[in-house]
Amino acid sequence: MKLRNSARPIQPAGMTPDAYVALGKAGPSRRDFLRTAGVMIVGFSMAGKAGKLAAQSPINPSGLVDATLVDSWLAIGADESITAYSGKCEFGQGFSTVQYQLIAEELNVPLSRVTLIFCDTGYTPDQGVTSGSQSHIAEFGPGGLREALDTARDALLQLASQQLDTPVDQLSVTDGVVFMKSDPTQFVSYGQLVKGQRFNLTLNDAAIPKDPSQYTILGTSLPRVDIPQKATGQFQYVQNVRLKGMLHGKVVRSPIWGAHVVSVDKSSLAGMPGNPQVVVKNDFVGVVADTEWHAIQAAAALNVTWSSADPLPSFSGLYDYIQQQQAASSDSYTVNSGDTDQMLKQAAQVVSAQYLHPYQMHGAIASSCAVADVRGGTGPNATAKIWSATQGVYPQRDSVAVVLGIPNSNVRVTFVEGSGCYGCNGNDTVSFDAALLSQAVGKPVRVQFSRRDENTAGENYGPAHVNNLSAGVDKNGQIIVWTSEAWTLSKGGRPSATAPGNVITGALAGFPAPVPTPSAATPPRTFSNNSNTACNYVTGVVGNNPAGGTGTIASQQVLVHTIPSPYFTGPLRSPERLQNTFANESFMDEVAVAVKADPVQFRLKHLSDQRLIAVLNAAAKAANWDTRPSPKPGNAKTGVVTGRGVSCVLYEGSNGYCALVAEVSVDQDAGTITVTKLTASQDSGPPSNPDGLRNQMEGGAMQGMGRALFEEVKWNDRAGIITSTDWVSYPVYQWGMPVPQIQTVLLGPLNAPKRGAGECTITLVGSAIANAVFDATGVRMRRIPFTPANFQAAQGS
Amino acid sequence: MAAYSLTVNGNSVSLNVDDPNTPLLYLLQENLQLNGPKFGCGLGQCGCCTVLLDGQPIRSCITAISDSAGHEITTIEGLGTVDNPHPIQQAFINQQAMHCGYCLSGPMLYGKAFIDQNPNATRDQILAALGATQLLCRCHSHSRMLQALVNYAQGTI
Repeated sequence: MKLRNSARPIQPAGMTPDAYVALGKAGPSRRDFLRTAGVMIVGFSMAGKAGKLAAQSPINPSGLVDATLVDSWLAIGADESITAYSGKCEFGQGFSTVQYQLIAEELNVPLSRVTLIFCDTGYTPDQGVTSGSQSHIAEFGPGGLREALDTARDALLQLASQQLDTPVDQLSVTDGVVFMKSDPTQFVSYGQLVKGQRFNLTLNDAAIPKDPSQYTILGTSLPRVDIPQKATGQFQYVQNVRLKGMLHGKVVRSPIWGAHVVSVDKSSLAGMPGNPQVVVKNDFVGVVADTEWHAIQAAAALNVTWSSADPLPSFSGLYDYIQQQQAASSDSYTVNSGDTDQMLKQAAQVVSAQYLHPYQMHGAIASSCAVADVRGGTGPNATAKIWSATQGVYPQRDSVAVVLGIPNSNVRVTFVEGSGCYGCNGNDTVSFDAALLSQAVGKPVRVQFSRRDENTAGENYGPAHVNNLSAGVDKNGQIIVWTSEAWTLSKGGRPSATAPGNVITGALAGFPAPVPTPSAATPPRTFSNNSNTACNYVTGVVGNNPAGGTGTIASQQVLVHTIPSPYFTGPLRSPERLQNTFANESFMDEVAVAVKADPVQFRLKHLSDQRLIAVLNAAAKAANWDTRPSPKPGNAKTGVVTGRGVSCVLYEGSNGYCALVAEVSVDQDAGTITVTKLTASQDSGPPSNPDGLRNQMEGGAMQGMGRALFEEVKWNDRAGIITSTDWVSYPVYQWGMPVPQIQTVLLGPLNAPKRGAGECTITLVGSAIANAVFDATGVRMRRIPFTPANFQAAQGS
Repeated sequence: MAAYSLTVNGNSVSLNVDDPNTPLLYLLQENLQLNGPKFGCGLGQCGCCTVLLDGQPIRSCITAISDSAGHEITTIEGLGTVDNPHPIQQAFINQQAMHCGYCLSGPMLYGKAFIDQNPNATRDQILAALGATQLLCRCHSHSRMLQALVNYAQGTI
């Protein structure tokens, strides 16, 4: 039977398609990298580097990857093949394609000659976590891939200069061949220059990038390299990693949040098919069986007695509960000019409002999955290989090593793409699960969560928020003072060597989950708006430091309380930036309403940053913005009405400018909100791949819409259980619902530094929709999600 | 242990299974090593596991092998290849109509089945057809996917 595409060879288990292709093309020197079956690519660059081999092990023959060395990033084969290594991975956001473009561009080589290998401990540079709209900044900035490429290019030109006996400035490069400008019959190729050897160079931070005006590949809408395989079902996700002799595992979590194992009755699986085995470590319980279906049956049948647990905060009283936790709160100021009480008293008019944001889950469409192969149990001679869709292979390696009791040099984590993850979802914790099960049974184990596992005991939720805002306006309608007091919750986060308990399985295995330590706020010393706690319209005053904000309001105070969360929390696309911006940009609209000003003009009146002004104007223009105050005059109080709203932000205070106009239609009788059009403008520096950026903006706009309209984690506090167990009890935007028209406008000065792009649009959607709903109906939505019940509650208030 | 015969992507296969309730999805993934149909929820609520059974889309995560035997199963691998994609796959490629692509079996196969039976389907009709059952895309790539389906229907891929 031939079900596979016969043109496509079967890859050795765990080998990524890119790695396989790279090996297939490799010349003799590259083949040396492949030393033992089952190990993909040995870090060729490390061979012979005495002093860098301290972390060598049976599983990690390459030792450490020194990111300051060109050879850690790039190999040029005698066959002219180009292989690059990076620590920034692909989740469907398109960044692998951008890296291909960067490599081809800076080296002047054809794309078809390039292979990119990313995120494999011991083989690729440690670039931390692929997250937070940081990939462009990391790879185009200091110490990243771009710098390695330019250092290599300069070295290649120097070599060619010697070989052709011609000054570098008299050389040109086409398709990886260096020519004499004066005599194009004189040339030498990269492969001939390198001869399959290493560069042995340190990254040169003075290496000059190619002038963006000369780009021929970056800045073009190159189709994504991963899409053809995905569209035809050929792509190997982490869910499709298959090892010889691999067993299937399932976790058994407590239905009651925070309960402990009292006893596990292994005899409850007696006689079941598939050779089920039970694994217990502290409060971690799992089963392993021959097939996934057998494992599912065993997990369902296993009789575990759980303790009772501390009661959960009440679901209906969550927001009151949050604001009562002052004693447990870690507090900080983002800005504090020290005069806000006095200025509020002087104001001609004071506006105040409170905004509420629920816990939301990442809700990846794939239940998280990982495969682990742990050999030798625990201790210095044991080894572990993990195939994971983690955002950070090195942090996962270092944390899982602690959980397993194996030196981190004996642990290898290989990234294999899963489904879109949007942040710290279940990918790390399921990798811990697979590793613990494999360690216990001594065989490779694949674990894929059930949907209930994923939703209730797999991922780190995005935290709930309460934001209380006040502003004072003078008699001319200018804001003279802005204050914010925000409440957020925290427990755990991304895994690390010092805190494996940051994710659920680490905690179940006995490592504590860190929560905030109570502390009083101290005066801020430097202005950082990394979490967008301060709005766009303040000057960013801290102490005597120069203002760093994007606005003109001088009197300002932003206080943030972080309290212990009952549930694990972690970054969820635009973490906290989305919650804070929902509050800040809704509130800016409320102040505009109070002084009867047009929402765009009112924002412009309080902004100082020209690039933020530019994106706001661009979105308004593209949306044919109807300049007038809200609400829209003449709309009836019943039936279906329409309106428009705007929002803008400098993401993280320094990482991408964006503005968004939302147009909505509201059925006031049913309470249903339909988004009809979203117009987004963005300036993240010059777009590397304009269509890829538009795709990200579109997805971000739609995902922001879904989160604003539908998503909220729910629980039954009496029973102590999370009730958002599936796609019925955690409603989301789904096929068949109206698909809004989406328009995107790209800005970005050619010589501006690259900035993040993946999280800008989503940050704005909740506030833009809320502002549009108010424009249409006069009803102010201050609580996400904008369900019919919450609309009707707002309507009645 | 019982043997079940069925046709998968044009190939006759026989699967030995100890439990007739074993969902088809696990056998496609484990026994036949197919990557196209995927586990998303195991509840028939998301569509990642969609395959065509005698041309009609079904959820392989909740369809027992005993109900699949004797039928023709088509996964997205069975439509076309990277070198020779099916027109509906080409339409998705041309629109760059995905982010992660994990959900793709759902909209692609529900869309194909509906459009092939309703070649003059409009955008709204295609959207309504996909909404007749619960189908999800968590990257929220709906606008491009819908355009890809419209282009496939209109033969303007």
